[in-house]
Amino acid sequence: MNSADRESTLARRADFEAIAQWVRPGARVLDLGCGDGSLLRFLKDKRGASGYGIEIDDAKLLASVRNGVNVLQGDLETGLSGFESGSFDYVILSQTLQAVRHTEQIIREMLRVGREGIVTFPNFGYWRHRLQVFLGGHMPVSRSLPYQWYNTPNVHLFTIGDFESFCAEHGVRILERAVMDRGRIVSLWPNLRGSLAVYRFDKGQRP
Amino acid sequence: MNAPDSVGVVVAQKAQFDEPLHLRSGAVIDRYELAYETYGKLNASRGNAVLVCHALNAAHHVAGVYADDPQNIGWWDNLVGPGKPVNTEKFFVVGVNNLGGCHGSTGPSSINPQTGSPWGAAFPVVTVEDWVAAQARLADRLGIERFAAVMGGSLGAMQALQWTIDQPQRVAHALVIAAAPKLSAQNIAFNEVARQAIMTDPDFHGGNFYAHGVVPRRGLRLARMLGHITYLSDDAMAEKFGRMLRTGSLKFNFDVDFEIESYLRYQGDKFSDYFDANTYLRITKALDYFDPAAKYGDDLTKALSDARAAFLVVSFTSDWRFSPARSREIVKALVDNRLNVSYAQIEAPHGHDAFLMDDVHYHDLLRAYVDNIDIG
Repeated sequence: MNSADRESTLARRADFEAIAQWVRPGARVLDLGCGDGSLLRFLKDKRGASGYGIEIDDAKLLASVRNGVNVLQGDLETGLSGFESGSFDYVILSQTLQAVRHTEQIIREMLRVGREGIVTFPNFGYWRHRLQVFLGGHMPVSRSLPYQWYNTPNVHLFTIGDFESFCAEHGVRILERAVMDRGRIVSLWPNLRGSLAVYRFDKGQRP
Repeated sequence: MNAPDSVGVVVAQKAQFDEPLHLRSGAVIDRYELAYETYGKLNASRGNAVLVCHALNAAHHVAGVYADDPQNIGWWDNLVGPGKPVNTEKFFVVGVNNLGGCHGSTGPSSINPQTGSPWGAAFPVVTVEDWVAAQARLADRLGIERFAAVMGGSLGAMQALQWTIDQPQRVAHALVIAAAPKLSAQNIAFNEVARQAIMTDPDFHGGNFYAHGVVPRRGLRLARMLGHITYLSDDAMAEKFGRMLRTGSLKFNFDVDFEIESYLRYQGDKFSDYFDANTYLRITKALDYFDPAAKYGDDLTKALSDARAAFLVVSFTSDWRFSPARSREIVKALVDNRLNVSYAQIEAPHGHDAFLMDDVHYHDLLRAYVDNIDIG
């Protein structure tokens, strides 16, 4: 594991607790871009959840198998055609949305396959990120955005505000939100003070 | 060969079964023998047994060597042994030659007790289901109630899959490698050409060539040459042989010009020395007939609805015989049934034969999965 990966694993940890609190015991989950499978492992141990991870990278797939979780090698960009509609309670995209090319398609697929979606992403609007861009004149590098501009897997950087506008425009109903910085919940000025955002949402068709 | 990670010298054993076996075709085999080998020790809870099922041309000799034939290394020796991905220090591994085979188990070249001469054409067509039933009896004999894992590649993987359907309580894990849930028309077509090559050989004598003291060698050679083409990828052939010439120049006749021709002839000759033509016919039929979804309205999800095993499904990118898409059909049916399954698509250039090759990532993956298997 290189230092960037280790950093991103640490950043991941912060959202695990928030996700675990929302996931009902015994739930069926699909974790898109499951990495080394530690979130699935965490949900399995903490909530008795079951399900699958999807991972494209060989080394991460191997790590997931070592972790004793179900992992299916595949590419999120080609959709979730191997899964029936409504077959999961939650479809989770943890720290991956910013690295997905077709944002609309993946959110649509998440809500087809799962009853609810959960996403977590680094908040580009975090004050340290803003400072680095506007005062430092550089793309932000932080715990939640541990990459340099030239080696980042992130193709879309966005803020909490951007995501909420996206949901409003696409008929996605936000059910719950947790914004965090260094593992703590931030309630005041979250788009400025939060480095990591966690959302739970559905199709919004219920009365 | 005395490598520290080899199981070393092994001895094939035989088990005799006197209870009639009712085959899918309706035929009955009254008594039969199965040749098998075991590696490692069955533990006190009898929970560490792994069954390795063989594909077309292999048999029960999975690992190690024979004392009188040290060059004859088991066909999956790179995977099975002390400290290897299927670790014989932890697992009790069983290899078995299938019914209808030609390596010691009862088959067309065995003596039919009712006639006193080889079965030949009279030996019934056997299926994957029949093999699983026979293997289950061997498991009974060895005191194995439930396998920690049943595994195989290609046709061997189909047996592992069938185990989870027919014997759901007796398989904890199934490793389904380079498989398909059924053969495509193209797959069947290749098998039919191979069978025609054998059956039209004048030395075949309708399957009763033993009495004539001959072997349909030409047919077997062609069948094997054709098979080999389908096991390798275009890229693997290009890399290994390209247009390399045997003698450096074209001969302008019909002897061997290209290295690939020499290779295929060699493989064909070697095969026709040891493989029984009637067994070849039956094994290709077993492949063609394998289709667990057929009796469930072609719904593989329904076919697997009784399965309880956890699965590892593995495919290889260059395998055009049973492509990754075929493995994904299996994965989808398992996911639909909410079964535990992991799926890996290995980037490998070798084609279908990749499942037999040394590939670091492939072997790491199998090791990681097998290491997590609970042996009680």
